[in-house]
Amino acid sequence: MSDISEERVRHLAGLARIDLSDSEVSALTAELVQIVDVVAQVTSAVDAETPATSHPIPLTNVYREDVVTDDVLTQEQALSGAPETDGTRFVVSAILGEEQ
Amino acid sequence: MSDLIRHTAAELADALASGATTSVEITQAHLDQISAVDTDVHAYLHVNPELSLAAASASDERRAAGKTLGSLDGVPVAIKDVLVTSDMPSTSGSKILEGWMSPYDATPVRKLREAGLIPLGKTNMDEFAMGSSTEHSAYGPTRNPWDLTRIPGGSGGGSAAAVAAFEAPFALGSDTGGSIRQPAHVTGTVGVKPTYGGVSRYGAIALASSLDQIGPCSRTVLDAGLLHDVIKGHDRHDSTSLTDSWPSFADAARNANLKGVRVGVIKQLEGEGFQAGVMNRFRESLDLLAANGAEIVEVDLPAIEHAVAAYYLILPAEASSNLAKFDSVRFGMRVTPTGGGTVEQVMSATRDAGFGAEVKRRIILGTYALSAGYYDAYYGSAQKVRTLVQQDFAKAFAGVDVLASPTAPTTAWKLGEQLDDPLAMWRGDVATIPANLAGIPGISIPVGLADEDGLPVGIQFLAPAREDARLYNIASALESLLTSKWGGSLLSQAPALKGGAS
Amino acid sequence: MSKAKLMDFDKALEIYEPVLGFEVHVELNTKTKMFSSAPNEFGGEPNTHTTPVCLGLPGSLPVVNEQAIRYSISLGLALGCSIAPSSRFARKNYFYPDLAKNYQISQYDEPIAFEGSLEIELADGKLVTIPIERAHMEEDAGKLTHVGGATGRIQGAEYSLVDYNRAGVPLVEIVTKPIFGAEADAPELAKAYVAAIRDIVIALGISDARMERGNLRCDANVSLRPRGQEKLGTRTETKNVNSLRSVERAVRYEIQRQAQILSEGGTIIQETRHWHEDTGTTSAGRPKSDADDYRYFPEPDLLPVEPSVELIEELRAALPEQPVERRRRLKAEWGFTDLEFQDVVNSGLLNELVATVSAGASPQAARKWWTGEIARLANAADVDPSALVTPEQVAEVQALVDEGTLTDRLARQVLEAVIAGEGSPRDIVEAQGLAVVSDDGALIAAIDEALSAQPDVLEKIREGKVQAAGAVIGAVMKAMAGTADAARVRELVLERATAQ
Repeated sequence: MSDISEERVRHLAGLARIDLSDSEVSALTAELVQIVDVVAQVTSAVDAETPATSHPIPLTNVYREDVVTDDVLTQEQALSGAPETDGTRFVVSAILGEEQ
Repeated sequence: MSDLIRHTAAELADALASGATTSVEITQAHLDQISAVDTDVHAYLHVNPELSLAAASASDERRAAGKTLGSLDGVPVAIKDVLVTSDMPSTSGSKILEGWMSPYDATPVRKLREAGLIPLGKTNMDEFAMGSSTEHSAYGPTRNPWDLTRIPGGSGGGSAAAVAAFEAPFALGSDTGGSIRQPAHVTGTVGVKPTYGGVSRYGAIALASSLDQIGPCSRTVLDAGLLHDVIKGHDRHDSTSLTDSWPSFADAARNANLKGVRVGVIKQLEGEGFQAGVMNRFRESLDLLAANGAEIVEVDLPAIEHAVAAYYLILPAEASSNLAKFDSVRFGMRVTPTGGGTVEQVMSATRDAGFGAEVKRRIILGTYALSAGYYDAYYGSAQKVRTLVQQDFAKAFAGVDVLASPTAPTTAWKLGEQLDDPLAMWRGDVATIPANLAGIPGISIPVGLADEDGLPVGIQFLAPAREDARLYNIASALESLLTSKWGGSLLSQAPALKGGAS
Repeated sequence: MSKAKLMDFDKALEIYEPVLGFEVHVELNTKTKMFSSAPNEFGGEPNTHTTPVCLGLPGSLPVVNEQAIRYSISLGLALGCSIAPSSRFARKNYFYPDLAKNYQISQYDEPIAFEGSLEIELADGKLVTIPIERAHMEEDAGKLTHVGGATGRIQGAEYSLVDYNRAGVPLVEIVTKPIFGAEADAPELAKAYVAAIRDIVIALGISDARMERGNLRCDANVSLRPRGQEKLGTRTETKNVNSLRSVERAVRYEIQRQAQILSEGGTIIQETRHWHEDTGTTSAGRPKSDADDYRYFPEPDLLPVEPSVELIEELRAALPEQPVERRRRLKAEWGFTDLEFQDVVNSGLLNELVATVSAGASPQAARKWWTGEIARLANAADVDPSALVTPEQVAEVQALVDEGTLTDRLARQVLEAVIAGEGSPRDIVEAQGLAVVSDDGALIAAIDEALSAQPDVLEKIREGKVQAAGAVIGAVMKAMAGTADAARVRELVLERATAQ
């Protein structure tokens, strides 16, 4: 049995920066209890020796040359999708947390 | 030339070459079809007739000057809204990106333009490609042209429906767990998921980075091959793209061959849970293959039992990280709580308002799977299941050339029917998910209609990584046999759409 | 905010044993960023050095900069580390406006370099070996400017502005293991360690290492444990330490602050603290909102880094001298006494001297300038000497003195003008007409005038009282606005006085 609870779901929503309403929290909790029960079966399907696969097709050492390309955007392009700018930079409201 | 929309892309290319028609005529005919039927089908999210006709015009001018960009120059194509386009909005089916104009083109889109293809518009999809029915689109569902009360599949229901409703000769889609193949299956069309890395992901709005691939949606195997040839190949912008040189898939489709081809039927993907009508059409196809020189054997892929569970841990985990960028700062929606708020509050309010329920569900699940203390049991274990799936495929391919299964357990269900049970819809991906986990290529082609409901059924073939050409070979062979048997394409049996030219 | 009480440093060391740890971030000076081909350049208009990758635009994907890999391996080797035959990138997930994707691509349990050590030298010549845990690659975040608050800091700001020019710049993070046994040398050791890293990256040519520009950043971890206790104390992490001086001062401060709290029976809160250069104190930062759950997982968009043995050996062969060896060599070459050389090393000015000598000055002249006038000015301004003026500029000033264009006094004047940003030394000399007047004619005219204005002085000089010449010399110097060479003026005054 997993430990999915409303408290945990709220905590996860905080980590994911989604302001869930109370009804969303309870609906999600109910769904996730069932879902996690099913997906958790993966734990019993494997053992410590089985290697994990992160990339389906094994490649290594993929690099690019240290040169500027034509992918660079103009300032206008960079800001083009922004909800709010001061003409040169993106504007965000006051920040609560400390830099990491 | 009459009824331009009823022709395949290959036929249109020939007609353009011979001067029988022009790109403007072809494009206009498709725009007319879109106007006629898309209110019902809702395959498209954005259409810009002016842009398309201007591109068509330019194509005709190039042709007149003897400067065509390739054999497909002037043929229209639809583009799933998951791919960013600099001249049309890109929303990935979400409100959080409503109206967003990308400053750059996705590489597959750039390649389309460089080959002279005419973008007709952006097609509908489940929000952020999360879904199997296109019902999770924030802009309303797409409807299956075979039966407008049913789902067209997902997440790429828009591309498949556009192709099935003759609103485009072919289209680009994306496939993370079946999002090209399953819609092909339920709409009686063709869909291909290339080998992982075979087509660039640059500009494809990411869902699950280690599973996503861009591929062709069409009405014939040759058309899929032609489109695949345009978009395939290495891209310096995508580290995971393969540097292999690929053979021509159109040629592979033209060189259909069944003699001595060994087909492995996946034991785990038949029988229980699979609709009888689906199984009937599937088995008949196998018989047809056998009668024409193929060897059919059974293969055992035990790890498939855990594939859905593994997938629904890996995808949400990667997606939870990939979707973090939608935070109201640099692009997209911004929702400010009344009275203002800190940036953290604005981010949270925006994401709650901008994401739909399925997206939130998967983000929370993915955040959980990656959390401190849970990683090993969930994400870590799922990545191990992935290894087991790959190993099973490797074993199987040692004895056969391709694998086969029905593309999905059932035909198209009614809109709204499966919305209450996420797990049920997830289980419907059981046949398509393993290919994404393993990175191998897959194709779905139509093999008939199910007896119970008269709805399309598709067969799925899978090949080893990098052997996409084998899929075109065998699928094309089977397609010829079936078309002969039917006396025409399966789609010609589809009910006429109100307002559509028939 | 009231100032924290501090225990006397020596007393603190009697009761407690300090344990240190450092995380130093080195900004690599590659031409382009770590995962995107945008220019890696200081300055520039905001948001003009970005590609879709830097902004985290939907659909964008990272691609690794090959040069950054080479630089990182070289740095790992220079730190005595083993280079991982296979290492991977990982996503560190957290939300912050300066982080375009809301995850940073970094390395987690598979860093490119690990298990190294660095030998550093303290003021009294003592050698200390610093154990290095790992060095890993990651990308920098963008730059935030906070508007509306009193101090331009985050507290009380109304809104913030984001510039992503710096987002994605390559960083190597060097992490030490806990450092024991520093004792009273702890603050000095901290400074010496950072200075040593600075020396290395400059010698390797992989970073501009200008701390005032953020090319080199140090987070200092300090904890205390009562003498005799085995269990480690709670540590604090101090950030915003932007100069070598600050590193030393911050470590000293934290030792004193923590000792005071512990001695009063209080507990140390494990937190990030912020160093304030102006007040010489640390203050508690905001609580970290994500409680350290970064949900690391291997970066699916990037492939493993598996440098060949050939590459590693190629880079190893190209490493410059180890710092301690280099110092021995330079001291011998320059012919400095032990004291002179130590003075230079302790001031952290070795590289400046090397560069100044390279630009043409003599070692002694270079030493005189850097440890003398420039150090004095830097101290007064509370900055590192290297932030004031470049070695090339110093060499140019010295060249002007060697040529006879400037006297020592004028040279100091020119140097101050260079520091004030008025231009290059030669430009300033020209603009201000400071060149020592070498044309005797102008001098003689001024001298004759001064002599006739002070006939009594002239009389005294003729009588042999040469000291009296001082008044005339002074008057002439004043009239020449300092452009005269005092010694020459004196010669000519005596000549002219006795010639008539």
